[in-house]
Amino acid sequence: MQWETVIGLEVHLQLATRSKIFSGSATDFGAEPNTQASAVDLAMPGMLPVLNEQAVRYAVMFGLGIDAHIGMRSVFDRKNYFYPDLPKGYQISQFSDPIVGAGQFEIQLEDGSSKQIGITRAHLEEDAGKSLHEDFHGMSGIDLNRAGTPLLEIVSEPDIRSAAEAVAYLKTLHSLVTYLGISDGNMAEGSMRCDINISLRPMGSEKLGTRAEIKNVNSFRFVERAIRHEFERQADILESGGRIVQETRLYDADRDETRPMRSKEVANDYRYFPEPDLLPVVIDEQYVAEIRKSLPELPADKRQRFIEQHQLSAYDAGVLVDSPALADYYEQVVAACGDAKIAANWVQVELRGQLNKNELAIEASPVSANSLGQLITRILDNSISGKIAKQVFEAMWQGEDSADEIIEARGLKQVSDSGALEAMVDQVIADNAAQVTQFLEADDGKRKKLVGFFVGQVMKVSKGQANPQMVNKLLAEKLK
Amino acid sequence: MAIEQDEIEKIAELARIRIADEQIGEVAQRITRILDMVDQLQAADTAGVEPMANPLDAVQLLRADTVTETNRREAFQAIAPAVEDGLYLVPKVID
Repeated sequence: MQWETVIGLEVHLQLATRSKIFSGSATDFGAEPNTQASAVDLAMPGMLPVLNEQAVRYAVMFGLGIDAHIGMRSVFDRKNYFYPDLPKGYQISQFSDPIVGAGQFEIQLEDGSSKQIGITRAHLEEDAGKSLHEDFHGMSGIDLNRAGTPLLEIVSEPDIRSAAEAVAYLKTLHSLVTYLGISDGNMAEGSMRCDINISLRPMGSEKLGTRAEIKNVNSFRFVERAIRHEFERQADILESGGRIVQETRLYDADRDETRPMRSKEVANDYRYFPEPDLLPVVIDEQYVAEIRKSLPELPADKRQRFIEQHQLSAYDAGVLVDSPALADYYEQVVAACGDAKIAANWVQVELRGQLNKNELAIEASPVSANSLGQLITRILDNSISGKIAKQVFEAMWQGEDSADEIIEARGLKQVSDSGALEAMVDQVIADNAAQVTQFLEADDGKRKKLVGFFVGQVMKVSKGQANPQMVNKLLAEKLK
Repeated sequence: MAIEQDEIEKIAELARIRIADEQIGEVAQRITRILDMVDQLQAADTAGVEPMANPLDAVQLLRADTVTETNRREAFQAIAPAVEDGLYLVPKVID
């Protein structure tokens, strides 16, 4: 049986506010336990929540970024469950009237195609604290620093059909929120956590199958693996005539499997009701309009502009707009050298290659955009070949001087002096009599291939510094 | 609207309230009386009436995103039953 995978994702995005959503505690990552937990976060009697304007603003920014309906009047609700890292016994969330309604955005797939994914809603809520279960003489340790950190929960429609699409969705979302600057998007620190709803149905069927929910998957790679694993598990059950039980499962990255959460960990009756400590949040058209005006150029628009203005392929443009810092760097290189295509190649291949190898972010690149632009200028004006340029780039990466100084100091300047080149060409022809005979006896089609041998020899003699166009020209004149 | 015994047990479980078996009947009766009152409210015609969150139509005030709290861990942990390494200790929640 051919199965179709139907996936919907719920992403919990940590918003980059300085203080918590309902209290004035700091939200810095990695602080000593419970040093950023105030009386409000600890749910001391009589404490009342006061909503952080920046969290509302960030949510609206996201809504505008996905072309969503903005909830001009949104309401907070209590989601009730007991767990020690949730001191109030309820999480303040939004249920019936979220701040962001239906929207959508386009994802780019590896094969170059694109697809629209619907967003059902996005709502504001507070994060819980952290429970540590090991090594406290049979007790659990609770750190409430994270309690009250603002989250935007982004719920997708079940429009995703494969692990690859799920990863593309998350990458697009990550790129969007980074551009908007509403989250640092740091998955390793839990700034973007993902729940996966997944079900199978026979290919061609319209009816949705019973789904399982996989909780708290926190890297692109684990999302892909969790979906692959869950697909196989469900397909095995269905093919042997079994039925899928609707349940919550955990992905165990160490064992690469999903397993059911114990029933005690599953609270399935949250008894939502309107939060009496908070009034409805009302925003007006002017507030939304001001935020709309302040939005930066978003990745999808920038990508389109790169394709048109710099004549890049959809793939290249997609890679370069991945982060705002990379896109800015690229445009600075273009400004410095004037050739968008070669700049794209250098940024994508040489620069990103080195960055990845050294696990550096673009901001930490030892070669500035301006310096790289100058290096490319030297290729364009035929001072050096592309091959030599790679050597120069290597030296620049190691912290040596500017491209011009390296070229000068090492004597790397391309040989375009026709007298010197002619001598080299003559020498190569003299040293390779057999190949010359072979060349002269070959037909035109074969000659094209064979001439490469002579070019290679001349480059070798010149230590890569011969101007290849001139070498070709000289060879054509002499091999007749 | 009468409420059944098993519903009382379920609500008690969700609310983490222990009710002795012999008390369940009485609790059920009392909650039923409250629900009867709710039934009366439900009977009121509210067609076209917007739900009211505040009699003065007040809306939520927002605060600026600034850190106003300082670290008061010592004071808070002085009144906690058990702490270690800066953490609050609670009975183990998973086995």
